[in-house]
Amino acid sequence: MTTKRYPAILPEFSDTALIETALRRGASRRQLIRWLSSAGMATAMASTIVASASRALAQTPQRGGRIRVASQTSSTADTVDPAKQNNQTDYTRCFTFYNGLTRLDQSLTPQPELAESFANERATVWTFKIRQGVKFHDGSPLTAVDVVYSLARHKDPKTGSAARALALPMEEITATGTHEVRIALASPNADLPVVLGTPHFLIIKDGTTDFSKAVGTGPYRCQEFMPGVKSIAVRNPDYWKSGRPYLDEIELIGIPDETARLNALLSGDVHVAASISPRLARRVQTASGYAVFETKAGGYNDVVMRKDADPSRNPDLVLALKHLQDREQMRSAVFQGYAVVANDQPIDPTNRFFFPGLAQRPFDPEKARFHLQRSGFANTPIPIHTMASSTMLDQAVLLQQAGQGIGMNIDVKRMPADGYWSNVWMKFPLTFGSINPRPSADVLFTLFFKSDSNWNESAWRSERFDQLLVTARAETDDARRRQMYGEMQTLVHNECGIGIPVFFSILDAHTTKLKGLRAIPTGGLMGYSYSENVWLES
Amino acid sequence: MLMLGMILRRVCGGLLTLLVVSVVVFVGASILPGDATEAILGQSASPEAVAGLRQALGLDLPAPERYLRWLAGLLTGDPGISLINRMPIGQLIGPRLTNSLFLAALTAAVAVPLALLLGVTSAIWRGTAYDRVTNITAVSLVSVPEFLLATIGVILFAVQLRWASAMATPVVDSLGGALRTLALPVLTLSFGIMAQMVRMTRAALLGVLDSSYIEMARLKGVRPARLVLRHALPNAAGPIANAVALNLSSLLGGVIIVEVIFSYPGLAKLAVDAVETRDMPLVQACAMIFCAAFMILVLAADLCSILSNPRLRVR
Repeated sequence: MTTKRYPAILPEFSDTALIETALRRGASRRQLIRWLSSAGMATAMASTIVASASRALAQTPQRGGRIRVASQTSSTADTVDPAKQNNQTDYTRCFTFYNGLTRLDQSLTPQPELAESFANERATVWTFKIRQGVKFHDGSPLTAVDVVYSLARHKDPKTGSAARALALPMEEITATGTHEVRIALASPNADLPVVLGTPHFLIIKDGTTDFSKAVGTGPYRCQEFMPGVKSIAVRNPDYWKSGRPYLDEIELIGIPDETARLNALLSGDVHVAASISPRLARRVQTASGYAVFETKAGGYNDVVMRKDADPSRNPDLVLALKHLQDREQMRSAVFQGYAVVANDQPIDPTNRFFFPGLAQRPFDPEKARFHLQRSGFANTPIPIHTMASSTMLDQAVLLQQAGQGIGMNIDVKRMPADGYWSNVWMKFPLTFGSINPRPSADVLFTLFFKSDSNWNESAWRSERFDQLLVTARAETDDARRRQMYGEMQTLVHNECGIGIPVFFSILDAHTTKLKGLRAIPTGGLMGYSYSENVWLES
Repeated sequence: MLMLGMILRRVCGGLLTLLVVSVVVFVGASILPGDATEAILGQSASPEAVAGLRQALGLDLPAPERYLRWLAGLLTGDPGISLINRMPIGQLIGPRLTNSLFLAALTAAVAVPLALLLGVTSAIWRGTAYDRVTNITAVSLVSVPEFLLATIGVILFAVQLRWASAMATPVVDSLGGALRTLALPVLTLSFGIMAQMVRMTRAALLGVLDSSYIEMARLKGVRPARLVLRHALPNAAGPIANAVALNLSSLLGGVIIVEVIFSYPGLAKLAVDAVETRDMPLVQACAMIFCAAFMILVLAADLCSILSNPRLRVR
């Protein structure tokens, strides 16, 4: 009705907070609506505000309760050694027991965690001030020695660290005080605090070699850990973040079969079923009492067109394929809407360095036809290798169908999942790749776009890009970095042999009783750090 | 005396078989591409990192030496430690083996008596509607893949009706609790192994029931129950015992699907994990257990048939 008169009114945070306080003091709903209406606000809008404030009040965390979480992998390789973590289950488990020096927030910006503050000289020499008064689960205090040990061990090949390549540039790691650590890098890297916020660099106690139990500074203590079976985490009453965590106990188990995992949730055996596919998300939504938690993140499937092979080295064919991606259809049909449209460059909108100024390449069959004719590959079979029964195959089939309309004859080759990444991906002129979200633009660009990288998917060589990559890494001014990363995104969009149609979300299913989940785009379940943030509604 | 000699011979033969199997498994697993270091390091496996870790794990030694070291360890009662998580093999296997044995024992307790009952009754009432229904049901149930049976069971009884749990746990606190958590996996497994036992019991018993001494007994006026249980069944015990043993032996290592669907922490999943991560000591230990269990069951079946049939004892 009268809402039209106030199209732009949205409750400011302070207003909501004010009303929340009033509600807490005992004002009734009706009183508040009357009060807001008398202030000239439409009743409909007033009730929206009151409702959202009541929701916020209901969202005040509650203490207590135990939950059971089913994640997607479980094997004897399960570990609580941060260096050896191999999959998302490990990350999820380790974040319940340990903290990092930093943590990554919603825009993947590093925030202080066990490091109270950090400073740098020309992005090369970094000083981390370690938080005072933090205790390990066995009661011993956290000092610089523990931090040095935790970081330096990654460099020793005997540790078997999965993050060794990231640790090697840390040339000197020294304790310069009881609560201060100095890290000297081989070359400048403004993203060191980002790297230190990733799961492998969680902080353990000095000298730890036995990882049959986890002793960390994290929100929960490790009561039981059986690789391939389960782990039980109990609340750490001395946690340094006061008031946290909220739950008494978390049992983490692995159910690798996706349907079985979801069934366990729907039968009430577990509270969370991590990582479910968009196909099954619908089943969760139709069941009452369960919800899908969506984390918009930077993962993508891309069509990889090698610049060092025929026919994919032909720039017109590349452009034809890029214009042939019906991004909207892929978003809705392949990912059931749990995706955002991408623009043939790998930085997604959640990233703080995403460049919104880059014009969106549309689905344009006419343009695709034009480039196809120019390339001379019209009506010749063009083989694209993709993984059987995966979303990559679904995307390839949509591309094939779009191709039929313009006389492009795409031959979709279905390859088995076993050995796909070593024998198929990048090994043929046209293949499909699937890239997991990475913590920083630098890591992503370095791994998959730098000219001499092993995983430079399309064998794209650009001197300008490589130069920008090194300069941006050394740059500590965010505005200047943003400009450089913007240019790099434009370069990839225009020149690289990669077609990225959509960024897909990470989906976790949970009971609606579990509250407090907020998306952090490094991974599912709040970038694995859900444990200290969630609570159970009684 | 003869019997003791036979058992001794069989045990010695069994040990020899175990030795051969351990060599075959070791060689087979070595042929698989990749090793534990690559499983640990994953995508970050650079050549130097692999070399360093290989040395730390003792994988840089030549294969025969690694095998002999493992064998020497086993003979002194130490099956080694896992390459992947550095835990003693015994500690890893212990609880999982207990779980598997527990599930196997429960399944056997349900499936074997039921199968024998159905087999015997369908043999007695040969050709009747009961016989046909029993046979068709048994064959149909064994023809449906386990994963389908289990999944349908879960969706129906756990998700929709909420009578049972979608996950099986080896903890029994009450009868109701046990029914809730274990009924579905036990039934799924029972359906899978019962068909052969039912049909074998029926066939073996029919063969005996057709023989002339049974006809003689019948003519003498022996009551049907006594005829079957006292006169016929002991002579059919050999093949029945073997069918039972063969089916039970699959309950230890061959239940991977049920373990996965019900996320039951058993030995089969452990063995698959071990192969996937190329954790040789664990692979070896699991293979030894499966092989030993198979041989023990077959030996028990043979003993059973010898005891029930005096003619076999004097051979």
